[in-house]
Amino acid sequence: MTGFAFDPEWMGTLSAPFMTNAFLAGLCIAVAAGVMGYFTIARQSTFAAHALAHIGLPGATGAVLLGLPVSLGLGAFALAGALVIGALGKRASQREIATGTVLAFATGLGLFFARLSSSASQQMQSILFGSILTITTDQIIGFAAFDAILLAVLAVIYRPLLFSSVDEQVAQAKGVPIGAMNVAFMAIMAGVITIAVPAVGTLLIFALVITPAATANVIAGTPLRAMVLASALCLVSIWGGLVLAAMFPAPPSFIIVSLSTLFWALAKGAGALRRR
Amino acid sequence: MAQDDNNEHNKRTEADAIVFRDAAVARGGRTIWQHGSFSIPAGSVTAIVGTNGTGKTTMMKAELGLLPLTSGSITILGRPAGAANRLIGYVPQSYTSDIDSNLTAEQSVLLGLTGTRFGIHFVTKEQRAKVREAMAFTGIADKARLRLSELSGGLRQRVAIAQALVSDPKLLMLDEPLANLDLASQRSVVHVLARLNQELGMTIQVVAHDLNMLLPILTGAIYLLDGHPHYAAMNQVLDSSLLTHLYGTQVQVITTPQGDMFVTPTADERQDMVPDTHNPAEVAQFHHHAGSHGASDAPKQTGVTR
Repeated sequence: MTGFAFDPEWMGTLSAPFMTNAFLAGLCIAVAAGVMGYFTIARQSTFAAHALAHIGLPGATGAVLLGLPVSLGLGAFALAGALVIGALGKRASQREIATGTVLAFATGLGLFFARLSSSASQQMQSILFGSILTITTDQIIGFAAFDAILLAVLAVIYRPLLFSSVDEQVAQAKGVPIGAMNVAFMAIMAGVITIAVPAVGTLLIFALVITPAATANVIAGTPLRAMVLASALCLVSIWGGLVLAAMFPAPPSFIIVSLSTLFWALAKGAGALRRR
Repeated sequence: MAQDDNNEHNKRTEADAIVFRDAAVARGGRTIWQHGSFSIPAGSVTAIVGTNGTGKTTMMKAELGLLPLTSGSITILGRPAGAANRLIGYVPQSYTSDIDSNLTAEQSVLLGLTGTRFGIHFVTKEQRAKVREAMAFTGIADKARLRLSELSGGLRQRVAIAQALVSDPKLLMLDEPLANLDLASQRSVVHVLARLNQELGMTIQVVAHDLNMLLPILTGAIYLLDGHPHYAAMNQVLDSSLLTHLYGTQVQVITTPQGDMFVTPTADERQDMVPDTHNPAEVAQFHHHAGSHGASDAPKQTGVTR
């Protein structure tokens, strides 16, 4: 074993500038993922959200191919996919077979684009599994701006979005524009995916966007509390992942996803015990 | 029945809650029903009955303005369908879709009051009081903090009714509120509906498969027959030959010495018996009589076959 040893210099690693960036990025991602994770679960659209990340993959590798920023391509493809799924209605986002098929095709297309250039090939791994340690200051400014927009929009559409998420038929009868709510939700989701992929990659995003919200759902009783708790769990997973990754030679993505999964398993286990 | 007298009174003093004029609805190019012309008085309790696929849920959607009519008009509470939805409490057929919901009963009811509002609003004391009142009315005040996923089907149904109630509707529309409930839960839901009608004077419309539980509170029924909706007061609906035609299987109406009435299938049917049913679209073709649809002509139509 050459490597799985404790690194005594970990405090020094944490104070490096790229680490500061990673912590800030983690904060931005946690706010967005925690809030939207709740709605994704309430709308039973978790698989569609997961698929958005994969639909974004060919956009990301295609952008590298064309010499454009990864986030731009990823965001554009995820948004286009989100608008198509959103326009088809909430039912469509629950159609697992169609979504899964598109997901697989998009992943294949992403691989094809990656093979067309060597630089895209090199970036493929970081797109699939994330590279939170390479996030730039410019990216963080973008993340923070997205968070601000997200919170502002949600403050306005919070109740109708919640109503249409948990009780679509009644909400529609009461005059909530459910089509617009659906498109808004999917569009915001595309944004969340775009900022979360740099942290854990398209393959592991479920554990960062959905799992903390699922954990929070077990514990918290009201939607607002569940969102705050989901953000907190997401933040602890990311920051904990960064600290542990500085201590031990393991990729941050792995530890972030492990922590998130661990919290979920503990909450589920405790919940099951309480019910007995 | 004493209740009928009350409702006769209401009929005379209040305007009609639901008015159909030659209304027709199609889905995917297929006519579901047409030539619906009737008026239902305010303060009534009406069942929408008919076999599977005759368009009972479709009728509620049309009344809510969620489905366009292909002809004719529907007026609800004096306004075109869809324009008075603020005054309608709607409880859709739930199945078990909300099982996973982690919302508490209270949160769910609260959405009935605040769920349509854009912008930042804090929940006021008055709104909380309103929610508590609605939950107390449906008998679930002690379940406020429980999650929907922790409640039985009957209790979830009462949460849904409380959510519909909380905005003070004039008309309450429920789609199969008794489906998948055990007998005791059915009884308590019917009891809630009876009180809403009698104490608050609410007009109620219920899609139902099984009339028996609702019979004591019903004042009339819309029966979907041969691609037509017809409305009739209760005594005219409870006719064995009509109900047999309606359900497509032998049905008899039994009146007990106490005056209770039951609709029941006959014990058994001969294997070779052909139920007297029609394809609605087909029958609608040779069934053109767009004029007045008095209830009295309905039994006669049971004889209309090719």
